[in-house]
Amino acid sequence: MELLVFLILFPLLLSGLLVFIRNEKTRGLAVIIGAALAGIASLFVLASSFTDKATYYTFPVGYLGLIIFIGDILISGYLVFACFKARQYLSTGIVILQLVLIGIAEFLALSDHSQVHDLLIDQFSGIMAVIIGVIGGLICVYALGYMREYHERHPERSDNRAKFFAVLFLFLSGMFGVVFSNNLLWLYFFWEITTLCSYLLIRYPETDEAVKNSFKALLYNLVGGLFIPIAIIYTILTNGTGYIAINELISAGPAIALVPAGLIAIAGLAKSAQFPFSSWLVGAMVAPTPVSALLHSSTMVKAGVYVIARFAPVFEGQMIGIIIALIGGITFLAASCIAVSQSNAKKVLAYSTIANLGLIVACCGVGTPAALWAAVLLIIFHAIAKSLLFLSVGTVEHQIGSRNIEDMTGLVTRMPLVTMMILIGISGMFLAPFGMLLSKWASLHAFVEAVPPYGVLLVIIIAYGSGITAFFWTKWMGKIISVGEPKTGNESLIPKTEKSILFILTLLTVLICFCFPVISLYIIEPWLLSIYSSVTTMLSLSNIEIMLMMLFLVLVMPLLLTRFRRSAIHVPRYLCGLPETSNAVFTGSCGITREIALSNYYLEKTFGEERLSRISVGAGLLLIIILLNIIIIRGGL
Amino acid sequence: MNPFIAAGIFIILAPIIGILIAGTDRIITARMQGRVGPPILQPWYDIRKLFEKRQVAVWGAQNFFIFCYLIFMIFSGALFYAGGDILLVIFAFTLAHVFMILGCYVSFSPYAHVGAERELIQLMAVEPMIIITAIGLYQVNGSFYVGDMLNHPGLPVVLLPGALLGFIFILTFKLRKSPFDLASSHHAHQELVKGSTTEFSGYTLAMIELSHLYELIVMLGFVWLFFGDNLILCVIAIIVILFLEILIDNCTSRVRWQDALSSSWFVTLALGAGNIFVLSLM
Repeated sequence: MELLVFLILFPLLLSGLLVFIRNEKTRGLAVIIGAALAGIASLFVLASSFTDKATYYTFPVGYLGLIIFIGDILISGYLVFACFKARQYLSTGIVILQLVLIGIAEFLALSDHSQVHDLLIDQFSGIMAVIIGVIGGLICVYALGYMREYHERHPERSDNRAKFFAVLFLFLSGMFGVVFSNNLLWLYFFWEITTLCSYLLIRYPETDEAVKNSFKALLYNLVGGLFIPIAIIYTILTNGTGYIAINELISAGPAIALVPAGLIAIAGLAKSAQFPFSSWLVGAMVAPTPVSALLHSSTMVKAGVYVIARFAPVFEGQMIGIIIALIGGITFLAASCIAVSQSNAKKVLAYSTIANLGLIVACCGVGTPAALWAAVLLIIFHAIAKSLLFLSVGTVEHQIGSRNIEDMTGLVTRMPLVTMMILIGISGMFLAPFGMLLSKWASLHAFVEAVPPYGVLLVIIIAYGSGITAFFWTKWMGKIISVGEPKTGNESLIPKTEKSILFILTLLTVLICFCFPVISLYIIEPWLLSIYSSVTTMLSLSNIEIMLMMLFLVLVMPLLLTRFRRSAIHVPRYLCGLPETSNAVFTGSCGITREIALSNYYLEKTFGEERLSRISVGAGLLLIIILLNIIIIRGGL
Repeated sequence: MNPFIAAGIFIILAPIIGILIAGTDRIITARMQGRVGPPILQPWYDIRKLFEKRQVAVWGAQNFFIFCYLIFMIFSGALFYAGGDILLVIFAFTLAHVFMILGCYVSFSPYAHVGAERELIQLMAVEPMIIITAIGLYQVNGSFYVGDMLNHPGLPVVLLPGALLGFIFILTFKLRKSPFDLASSHHAHQELVKGSTTEFSGYTLAMIELSHLYELIVMLGFVWLFFGDNLILCVIAIIVILFLEILIDNCTSRVRWQDALSSSWFVTLALGAGNIFVLSLM
C-alpha cells in the first residue's frame, strides 16, 4: 500500500516543488531523480502484483473522501474560472453541471457511512503503472533537452518551463491515481486531474491555435467525464453505496454493472479519442512533442482504454459491448484511412494512435478472455513504439526544421542513427514479428470466435485496416531511406538526454518482442484467470518459436547490409535515355538542369481527411446515441 | 509429414514447379497470340543468365532489401507447407513484400518510385481478401493451422464459393497479370518502363524472379486449401484457374490504380466478406 500511495503522492509533491525551481540545472536533476524513482517504484508495484487475486486497500480515515471532494471542487473551480474568462460558456456550463452531479454523488456516498476499498493493485494495474512510470518518466527526461531547444527556436513564446514540468508530474500522479483507484469517486477525481493537465499542456505554446485546441480538448473530455458522476449516482440509487467499488461492481455481473459500465465506457471513449470524439487528439498536436508523446503513449488516451478494459468482463456477449466494439472497429478503419492522406508526420502518428486505440476498444467491447489478452498486449506494445516514434520525430523536427514527411527524403544519410530508430519504431507499429502485429494476430484469433456474427464484422474491418496500415507506414519508411544525393550525417547537435532516451526506447521496442511470451505467461494470463472462470492458453509453443525465429531473422539481416553496400558497381539511375550529369539531376527541356523531386502518394480524393472524418464522426455519433438508448432502456431511467 | 521435411521439399521443389508453370504460361500465351513461344525451360534460362550478369546498382543497399525479400518469401512459404498458423504465414508474406517495396524506394529513381507506390497499392488491394480467405478457411476447419486444413476431409469450397472467387480475382494481382499489373508488367514497353524493377539487374533481378516463383507456389497452396484432401480436384482446379488467368491476361488491358483498388475491394467485400459473414450466421 505504501508503494501505491508513494506513486500517487510523490509526483504530486515533486510537481509542487518544480513550480518553484527556477534554476535549469536543479530542475534537470529533480526531473531525472523523480522520473527514476517513479519508474523504479512502478516496477516494484508490478512485482508485488504477482498474486492470484487482486489486493485491495481501505483507508480507515473518514475525511479522505472529503478531501477528494474538495479536490473536485478546486479543479472545477479553476476550470470554471478559465473557461469563463475565455468565454467558453458551453464548457463552463458542463463544468458546473459536473460539479452539481458529483456533489450529489458525494452527498449520497458520504451520508451512507459504508466503507469500500479505495485502492487496488492487480497485474493489469501493475502493467499500467510500469507504462506510466517508465515510459512517462523517460518522456519527462527527454523533455528536458527538447524544451531547452524549443525555447531557443521559439524565442517569442514565453518560457514557463517550471510550470510545464510541474504539470507533467501532476499528470503522472493523476494517471497513477486512475489505475490504482477502486473507488469510483476517487477514479473520477484523478480522471479530472488528467483532463485538467492535458488542457494545460496543450495550451502551453499560448498561440491562438493552441488555446483554441486546448479548449476543444477540454470540452470533449468534459462531455465524456460527465458520464462518470451519472454512473455513480445511478449505482448508488439503484444498488447502494457498496457498489461504487469497482471490484464489487464487476463481480456483481452484467445485471447490476452493465449500465454504469456502459456510462463509464462513454467517458473512456471520449478520453481515448474514438470517433466521434477524435478531433481533440489531432488538435493536441500543436503542443510541444513530448506532450504529444505523453498524451499518445503512456497517459491520457491510455486512461480511456484502461477503464474500458477494466469493465471488459461485464461487456462480454452484451449488446452494449458489441456497440462499443463497433465504435472501436469503425475508428480503427476510418483513422487508418485518414492517415494515408496525411503528410505531416505528427498527424500520421496521431491518426495511427486513434486507429490502434480503436482496435483496443474493439477488443475490450468483445470482452472475451482472448480479446482482453490481445487488448492488454496492444496497450503495452503501442505505448513503447508510439513514444519512440513521437520522440524521434520531435528530434528530427528540431534538426531539419520540418515535421513534413516529404522533407525527410534521404534522412538515412543525414541522420543515420535516428533513422534506424524511426525504422524500428515503424516496424514495431505494423510489421511481423514486432509487437503490434502480434497483437493484431491475437485479436483476429479472438474476434473470429466471439459474438457471432459481429465478431466476423470486426474481422473484416481488421482485414481492410491492416492493408491500409501497411500502405501509410511503408511509404513513410520508403521516403526516409530513398537517397537522391548522399549528405554527410551530423547528429552531434542532438542533446545527449534526447539521444539516450531514444536509444532506451528503441531497445525496449525490440526487447519487449522477445519478452512477450514471458509477460503473457506470468502476468497477463494469471490476471485473466483471476477475473474469468475459464481461460485457455493463449499462445501455443510452436507459434512462439516461429515468432522468435522471425524476430531473429529480422535482427540478423541488417548485419549483411554493409556487405551488400559494397557488392555492386554504382551506376546512375535510369532516366529514359536523357544525358546524365550527376546523381539526382537531369537535363530537362530547353537544356535546363533540374533536380529530381519525388513525392509519395497521398490518395487525397479517396482518403481525404475532411470527407472521411465527417462520415465517421456521423457514424460514431449514431452508435453513441444507440448506446445511450440501450443504457437508458436497460437502466429504466 | 514432418514439418521440417515438408518445408525442405517446398524450398527445393517450388522453383522447379514454378519454372514449369511459368514456362507453360509463356507457351500458352504465345499460342494465344499466334506465336510459337519459347522452350518450356525459358524462365530457368532467364534466371541463369541473370546470375551471370555484372552486378550494377544505384545504391548497394537496394540489393540487401531484395535479398530479405527472397529470404522472407521462402520463410513464409516454408511455414505454409510446414503446416504453420495461416495468419502468421500471411503476415510474413506482407513483411516480405514490404522489404521488396523498400528496395524499390532506395534508388530514388522516378520509375522505380512510382513502381513502389503502385506495389503498395497492390498490397493494399489484395491484403483484405487474403486475410478473409484465411478466416473463411478457419470457419470451415476450426483451426488456423495449414496442416489441419490440408487434411480436411470433404470440400471446404462448398462452403466458401465466394471466398474462392474473390481469391481468384486477387490472384491476378499476385501473378502480376493484366489488367492488374500496375507496378511492373512482363512487357517493358510501357509508361513506367519496368516499374518497380527498373533499377534492378543481375542476380538481384534473379532473386526477384525466384521470389515470384515461390510466391506463385504459395498462392497455389491457398487454392489447394479450398479443396482439402481431394488432390485430383485440386489439380484440376489449379489448371483451370491458371488457364483463366492467362486468358484474362491476354484479353484485357491494364486499368488505372483507382479501378484496380476499388474493384478489388468491392469484390472482397461482396464475395469474400459476404461469404464469411453468412458462414458466421450459420
